[in-house]
Amino acid sequence: MFFTYLRRELRRRRKAALVVALGLALGIGLVITVDSVSSGMDQAQGKVLKSLYGLGTDMTVTKAASAASATTRPQFNFNANSSGSSQSSDRVLVQGFQTLASSTATEVGAQPHVAKAVGGLNLQVLKINGTFTQGQFQPGQGSGQGSSQGGPGGGQSPQGQVRGGGAQFDANSYSVYGVDVSDLTLGPLSSSKITSGAGLTAADAKAADAVVDASYAKQNKIAVGSQLTIKGTKFKVVGISTADSGDAAADVYLPLSRAQTLADAKDKITTVYVKASDSQQISAVKSAIQKDVPGTTVTTSADLASTVSGSLSTASSLASNVGRWLSIAVLIAAFLVAGLLTSSAVSRRVREFGTLKALGWKSGRVTRQVMGEALVNGLIGGALGIALGLAGAYAVTAISPTLTAQLGGGGSAPGGGGPGGFGGGARQAAARTVDIALTAPVSVATIVLAVLLALGGGLIAGTFGGWRASRLRPADALRRVE
Amino acid sequence: MYQLTGVTKRYRRGKDTVDALRGIDLAIADGDQLVIQGPTGGGKSTLLQMLGGLDRPTNGSVLLDGTDLARLGETRLTRVRAQQIGFIFQSFNLIPTLTAQENVETALVPLGVHPGQRRQQAAEALESVGLGERLSHLPSELSGGQQQRVAIARALVKQPKVLLADEPTGNLDEATRDDIMSLLEGLWRDRGLTFVIVTHDSAIAKRAPRLATIRKGTLTVRESTPS
Repeated sequence: MFFTYLRRELRRRRKAALVVALGLALGIGLVITVDSVSSGMDQAQGKVLKSLYGLGTDMTVTKAASAASATTRPQFNFNANSSGSSQSSDRVLVQGFQTLASSTATEVGAQPHVAKAVGGLNLQVLKINGTFTQGQFQPGQGSGQGSSQGGPGGGQSPQGQVRGGGAQFDANSYSVYGVDVSDLTLGPLSSSKITSGAGLTAADAKAADAVVDASYAKQNKIAVGSQLTIKGTKFKVVGISTADSGDAAADVYLPLSRAQTLADAKDKITTVYVKASDSQQISAVKSAIQKDVPGTTVTTSADLASTVSGSLSTASSLASNVGRWLSIAVLIAAFLVAGLLTSSAVSRRVREFGTLKALGWKSGRVTRQVMGEALVNGLIGGALGIALGLAGAYAVTAISPTLTAQLGGGGSAPGGGGPGGFGGGARQAAARTVDIALTAPVSVATIVLAVLLALGGGLIAGTFGGWRASRLRPADALRRVE
Repeated sequence: MYQLTGVTKRYRRGKDTVDALRGIDLAIADGDQLVIQGPTGGGKSTLLQMLGGLDRPTNGSVLLDGTDLARLGETRLTRVRAQQIGFIFQSFNLIPTLTAQENVETALVPLGVHPGQRRQQAAEALESVGLGERLSHLPSELSGGQQQRVAIARALVKQPKVLLADEPTGNLDEATRDDIMSLLEGLWRDRGLTFVIVTHDSAIAKRAPRLATIRKGTLTVRESTPS
């Protein structure tokens, strides 16, 4: 009888039921869309952050560059006498941060709740290639008349002009990262996949092997097996890597010891990548490192996330603030409308419920009937809302608006990490912009939330109506319609 | 049997107090038929509601087989209504979305009757009021007289001890009224019900073996010989 009565009543009042269901659907759909967009923002932000320090890294330890070292400029010496011949000179500089002793990684690794810690060296190579051509002396036209038309040497030198000559140089700058090949699960290379050739292995600690980022390799026509000369040392390209986020942390990856040699930075690193044993302990680990390894800057992913600016940050903030509050407001409004409509439906059925009570139906049974109808309304609203939300999320993913994340450009990083915010990446000496396509993934948790909201909406509406129905006294109910 | 003693019902309407019933004393023996007549607002329906346990008196007692309905808790009162009292209303009060059979079944729901048996009893009850062919009709597909028959079947399907009818023919034409009254009187006789009818209709009053008149909340009972 419960289901028969319920089904017939819903069919009879299908317009009102549809209004209630659509109200709830709107609210629930909005919650799903906002939630999925918000997840998409988080994922995008995660990708951006991952491109900086790699997968699994919870924090990095660096030492900010001093003002003096930051202004040191590379010196190049070229011989102007070797006219016409190609000359090349390159300089390898430690990038962005002051170096730390390699032992810092071990020291950090010994801190409580630290699962592992590996060091890395962040370098910038500036290479200049080109030729000098000496100018040619052209004797002056009036030399026979003894007139002087200038030129070095005055009257004692043959009179004439030096014409032509000059210099043509290419400057090429790229980033090199020295990775600890004993553990490649942490650090920038961990966020890249080897798409051609092989990766670096623990056996490559002393080898003159290099892994080159795919986009840099394409730009410079480098393939597996090519040779790369850095500061006179030839490296064999053993693999090509592609960053998961499409934006690599460095152009070239070398074994750490090789990178240290290139930069004359024996036993030096710029960054320690740290993985905590428990994600709940990240703050504690940060505090412990700051206390036990003085003079360093510890930057967690949360710190770095706060330095992300640009449209990704704005959109993320919009989704988490305006979007969330808007969906809450719409949900509350939908719940209230559902409650009032259910209550009003009970008012219109006073005689019906009065009659049932006169027949011996308990208040609880009448209330359950009203609650049941409201719950079904809620579930219909939930189903429509899920469809609406999925459509919204699908539309966002299909459109895939491109968001721009600026890293470290919006101010100094937490803890004085310097421009670039996070201490580990190879490219963040200056503010860096990453384009990310927004997606709106809908998780099972979001769907469960939607179902719970639908049930909640139905229950709230049912409570309004059920409360009214339970308070009806049969005599009053029957009298009111006479 | 019913034994009403000093039953008073007082309502508040804004600042005024209305005495719908004033110290009613009344006894109705098992199997009796009592017709209550009186002008509108005289207290007829209020008295019927007291008898049916739909409302409680302000003062006095309403004993049904020794149980004071005025003092019973809501749960027990609901049980008394479900088991012992059948109601028939002027406007039939059928659930518009349920079929004739399902409407009759609603009276068996609080008794916990198994659905299969419930359907069968409802069908038999409708058969007994001449609607065996209309089980699956909605109220809107039935005439006024047929709707009242469904309401009668609903009142009687649980085999109550008491049948209370509030203007059962008020919305019916004369011919249908006679049909319905004949049906009710037949059922009353056959089943030995205690039958109380509230009506405006003098024709029905004339047929009653016992007539009570209520005016301004005061009841006078007259034993009469049916014409």
